[in-house]
Amino acid sequence: MNKPHRVRAFAIAAAAVAAAMIAAGCSSSSSPSSSSGAATASAPGITAHQILIGSHQPLTGPAAPGYSEIAPASNAYFQYVNAHGGIYGRKIKYTYLDDGYDPSKTVSDVHQLILQDNVYAIFDGLGTPTHLAAVSFINSSKVPDVFVASGCDCWNNPSKYPETFGWQLDYIREGKILGAYIKKHFAGKKIGYFYQNDEFGQDGVKGLDYEIPSSQVVSRQTYVPTNVNVGPAVAALKASGAQVVVSFAIPAFNALFKLTSLKLGFSPTLVASNVGTDPLTLGGLLEAYAKQAGATVNGNQLTNGIITDGYLPTLGNTGNSWIALFKKVHDTYDAKAPFDGNVLYGMAVGYTFVQAMMKAGKNPTRADLVKAINAGLPQGPAVAPYAYSSSDHSGVTGAYIGTIMNGALVQQGPVYVTDTSPTGPVTTYAGSEQAAPATGMP
Amino acid sequence: MTLARHVGAAIAAAAVIWALSVALNSFRDYQIADIAVYVVAIAGLTVLIGLSGQISLGNGAFMAIGAYATALLQMHLGWPLWALFPASAAIAAVAGVAVGAAAARLHGPYLAGATLLLAVALPSFATQFPGVFGGDQGLPVTVTAPAALGATFPPTRWLAWVNAGIALIVLVLLANLARSRVGRSWRAIRDDEAAAALAGLNVARLRVLAFVVSAACAGLAGSMLAVYASQVSPGSFTVTLSIALLTGAVIGGLGSLAGALWGSLVIVLVPTYVMDVATSHGLSSTVAANIPVAAYGVVLIAVMLLFPAGIQGGVRRFFGLTPPTAAGPFARLNSLRRRPPASEHQEEGTT
Repeated sequence: MNKPHRVRAFAIAAAAVAAAMIAAGCSSSSSPSSSSGAATASAPGITAHQILIGSHQPLTGPAAPGYSEIAPASNAYFQYVNAHGGIYGRKIKYTYLDDGYDPSKTVSDVHQLILQDNVYAIFDGLGTPTHLAAVSFINSSKVPDVFVASGCDCWNNPSKYPETFGWQLDYIREGKILGAYIKKHFAGKKIGYFYQNDEFGQDGVKGLDYEIPSSQVVSRQTYVPTNVNVGPAVAALKASGAQVVVSFAIPAFNALFKLTSLKLGFSPTLVASNVGTDPLTLGGLLEAYAKQAGATVNGNQLTNGIITDGYLPTLGNTGNSWIALFKKVHDTYDAKAPFDGNVLYGMAVGYTFVQAMMKAGKNPTRADLVKAINAGLPQGPAVAPYAYSSSDHSGVTGAYIGTIMNGALVQQGPVYVTDTSPTGPVTTYAGSEQAAPATGMP
Repeated sequence: MTLARHVGAAIAAAAVIWALSVALNSFRDYQIADIAVYVVAIAGLTVLIGLSGQISLGNGAFMAIGAYATALLQMHLGWPLWALFPASAAIAAVAGVAVGAAAARLHGPYLAGATLLLAVALPSFATQFPGVFGGDQGLPVTVTAPAALGATFPPTRWLAWVNAGIALIVLVLLANLARSRVGRSWRAIRDDEAAAALAGLNVARLRVLAFVVSAACAGLAGSMLAVYASQVSPGSFTVTLSIALLTGAVIGGLGSLAGALWGSLVIVLVPTYVMDVATSHGLSSTVAANIPVAAYGVVLIAVMLLFPAGIQGGVRRFFGLTPPTAAGPFARLNSLRRRPPASEHQEEGTT
């Protein structure tokens, strides 16, 4: 008796599909088509007046604290460039979409950027698991995938991913530099590892193991970012009698490690990867977590003495020309954000992109950008040169060792450089750091 | 006759989708594939909640099972695409039997809690056994369009065809199931378990069966998601996904398959559209990033205020259609509310 209604309901469903899809179609036709335009539109995403680039960033979700400052900082530097003549007269437009650190959302974001927005390049896509999910599609679309915001060694694979380039110091090099320091300064001491159980932590440990004698390593503990209970790992490290703990962990887990060891009366020397030790972020997290547990701690006090490394000038070094430049850009275009390590990172990687675009030529195709980076880039804000060549797509090759004091990273000693091979030596960098150009433009 | 009508409607819808997939750009094709994933998952959930009167906050976990089954079967056994979908649905259905057997003994908030547990716990298996499941990075899934379509054929259009095709098949099957003896029995146990049992229905078995159908749909949707995203990773199957499926079912209209489509459209299109609008109005990134979440909430509140029976309920009212059954999908929320044993309420009243 109610048959007609059911059929009608189903027909409405079919009509609804049609209506909704047509609506979706209409909104797509109104979006600007950047591939057609003036005669100097040399590639998709490039018009006579604009270069459109895109990115996926964790603006919400678990990785957002700290990391969500990076893309706005890059954009602030691009605005500075746009206000100072742009790149051969073109202004950079930077579209970054939120992926919430969810790899399937990353895939969908990257499809939107490449298929719909028609970006010239993917720039600074953030995260190892997230970017890994999208890297094949980007490469098969022949879109430059420049300066991935992750130190995974996986971006350095020119035969498989010819379009992809790393940027920051990769975790293997970082592990080797930290490992060489530990070998020299903590000879004979018992060493424990605490690391994230994925490419990030595993690459770091690979580098550490190349340098630290295995007889010295008494315990290897891992964590996964989805489980905040690090108690068992810390207890195992304590039981092993480790005097030095090396950590390849994100800021939240360094904070958890520190607070849990405090609770267990365990106070090893902490040596930690650069990605997890931005003093402002880490200090803030320590205070926030302690407060949740009903305790009051002083973040700066707890981070004091953590040994880490840095591949960009230290923020406290106000005399440094790069810090002065980026502080100026920050104060003009990104003043609401704190001037911390994440902002410095975003500006420095933005600078590198402008360097590469200047080198790619006046009317570059997508291939021209890749060719320009394959031919090498001059050293920019980083303290060591880039490795870029047609057979090497990793970025910064070295770092200095530093200690956190009163909430700021203080450089200790020279800059070290190395490669990603098991036997390549860690050497003191003989070259000098570059000064920022007076114009602030590459 | 009913079958013929459903198939006819599906063929008409297929023709529309085909025309759209050709006319629209590659990204819209991609979105069609995305919407199809949600249609299948939400349709399975809306049948469970709307027809059998049970609730599940754990269908995201069944999606994970289907997705990982797809990746593992392709990686280790090299199964072709057409075999991956039914196999993944079957594996998720087996999981549905296990969960359903336990769930059939639970009602209302207890059932919600038990299934929520599944949604929270299951994805961490992937990180606990990185050797098998690839840890946080997950596993790759490769899909290529058949060579017969030509080298220049857009791969996203192929994805849209595959996923939309499956979604239509599932809708036809579910529409028939809902009208079959099983569907009528589900409505009977939903409206009054005791009366249904007295009438000779095996209540426990029917409840488990509803769970299995729902889990199979979720597993199939997971498989489609793996194919669409060309990878599976635990980050895609957080508890938020399970909640989103429930939200989609409620927004669309519980128990209505057309409602499943409305819910999917809201879930997929509203965030992208709102994000575009937010960024084009020059809002700062931190504000813009949170606007889709806020808009989602506003849509949810607006729909519940204006159309308590979901969008499909609103559509029916607008076109002057009466609900398809005497109880109607609108009564389903009430029937859920009735679930907790009456004695509990009395105790609360007297203390």
